[in-house]
Amino acid sequence: MSEFAGNQVVIEVIYLVASALFILSLKWMSSPTTARHGVWAGELGMLLAIAGTLLHHGIVDYQWIAVALVLGTVIGVPLGRVQMTAVPQRTALSHAFGALCVTLVGTAEFYLRSPDISRFMMSVLSMEVILGSLTFTGSLMAAGKLQEILPQRPLTYKGQNFVNFLLLAIAVVLAVYLVLHPEARQLYPFMLVIALAFGVLLVIPIGGADMPTVISLLNAYAGLSAAAMGFVLNNKLLIVAGALDGSSGLILSVIMSKAMNRSFTNVLFGAFGQVQVSAAAGQEAKPVRSATAEEAAAILSAANKVVVVPGYGMAVAQAQHKVRELYDALSKRGVDVRFAIHPVAGRMPGHMNVLLAEADIPYDRLMDMEDINGDFPQTDVALVIGANDVTNPAARTDSSSPIYGMPILDVDKAHTVMVIKRGMSPGFAGIDNPLYYLDNTLMLFGDAKAFVGSIVRELTGGGHS
Amino acid sequence: MNSSTLINGLFIFMLAGFIGFEVIRRVSPLLHTPLMSLTNALDAIAVVGAIVLVGEHKSTLSAVLGTLAVIAATSNIVGGFLITDRMLKMFKSSRPAAKS
Repeated sequence: MSEFAGNQVVIEVIYLVASALFILSLKWMSSPTTARHGVWAGELGMLLAIAGTLLHHGIVDYQWIAVALVLGTVIGVPLGRVQMTAVPQRTALSHAFGALCVTLVGTAEFYLRSPDISRFMMSVLSMEVILGSLTFTGSLMAAGKLQEILPQRPLTYKGQNFVNFLLLAIAVVLAVYLVLHPEARQLYPFMLVIALAFGVLLVIPIGGADMPTVISLLNAYAGLSAAAMGFVLNNKLLIVAGALDGSSGLILSVIMSKAMNRSFTNVLFGAFGQVQVSAAAGQEAKPVRSATAEEAAAILSAANKVVVVPGYGMAVAQAQHKVRELYDALSKRGVDVRFAIHPVAGRMPGHMNVLLAEADIPYDRLMDMEDINGDFPQTDVALVIGANDVTNPAARTDSSSPIYGMPILDVDKAHTVMVIKRGMSPGFAGIDNPLYYLDNTLMLFGDAKAFVGSIVRELTGGGHS
Repeated sequence: MNSSTLINGLFIFMLAGFIGFEVIRRVSPLLHTPLMSLTNALDAIAVVGAIVLVGEHKSTLSAVLGTLAVIAATSNIVGGFLITDRMLKMFKSSRPAAKS
């Protein structure tokens, strides 16, 4: 270690401590009771790492570092204070920022070092830059779709997959050429631009319902690109953080793809955009039973066990606080109310849990799919609020259905199913839901927030009686 | 970079990957959203590479790109930790013992 300057040893030790704090940070996330310690450990590790880096002997100019840190904080604070309903697009945006940082650093390193750059170094640098730039534009597109600046509907055209693969192939060929001939600096911008374009095209064909998978996958890409940057800079802390982030994104992608019954390779290669064109053209008007808020309130108050199934529709209608009032009113009457959360309900992993926690619903009332599915036959009322495909029994029974095989919440096994829905239009994937025509299903037509509100009024006696 | 540094790096990557896998597998689905915002903030440790780039000021291009990179990463650090903590504060148990 004699080649290290004294400061360098100090920095390496600080990075070692920071790595341990990062691992502890994630370990403490395993339970809601310790999770906040995890944030503190992460913050401490980050502070140490940044302070240690400022000791770096090569640093001559502190002014711009300070300016950039202040500007970043000015941007970061409002991004940390967004509404809980805006968390999916905020997350996508932060993937974009992380990937932007990695891409910019990779680009700067390339121009500083080339043509004097080893083959291995150029390989990881290209990986860093290609992954970083496609994650940057891909995440921006995802954020735009989630914020509804861009159309949420998938945009598809003929030969889309071919074009995408061709672009990626060109970027990889350019990268390989640069590895062999690092003096060909004029090719670098092309590689960068093609990877940026690929990111855009990758996310264009993806609809809102696939967003949980896409966000997880972009998370994994962002982590892997940061790890590649760690190799380029020979920075072990970065390798560790990138590997942790990458495995987190990968695990979430696998969970999401399993919850949508897609194979892992399907997800890994980003081919999740296949639009499921519904064959439900020949829909005849089947009879459904509907009920008023008054009737729904009467059934709910007579129940012993109620399971609420929230979906993206609840988030759109901002109905979570009314749902909390319903939970309070029913609990006061001695009804056991729990919530069944499908892994892909909403627009990102865990989306529903955050919204319900925001509305002050205790987290021990929020149940995962595996934990609650066996309880539906003993459930008096399953109340579906703004969820559709994740409750579709066709996934279990109809092998011709596009979602056949997808694990669903077995709400149809409850004694009574109530579905709050605006109208009879099919869900996002355009698939008809046989749940609505069952004998034990009651449709409650209306806006989720308004309808839950009127049920609460009935229950608390504020209504006309 | 010589080959032993490369092998060291790969070892670290492999081990950290396995640790990440084991640790994150145990995270309750309840907390998947805050998990993602936390790993995002941790990932912004890339800021250290950007800081060195700005501080060393080897070329105008590297200093400008580095400054932008520091801004992007810092916004992730600040925003990521802030929103993760806000979200985690909201998760309350119905058992009164959990009151703090």
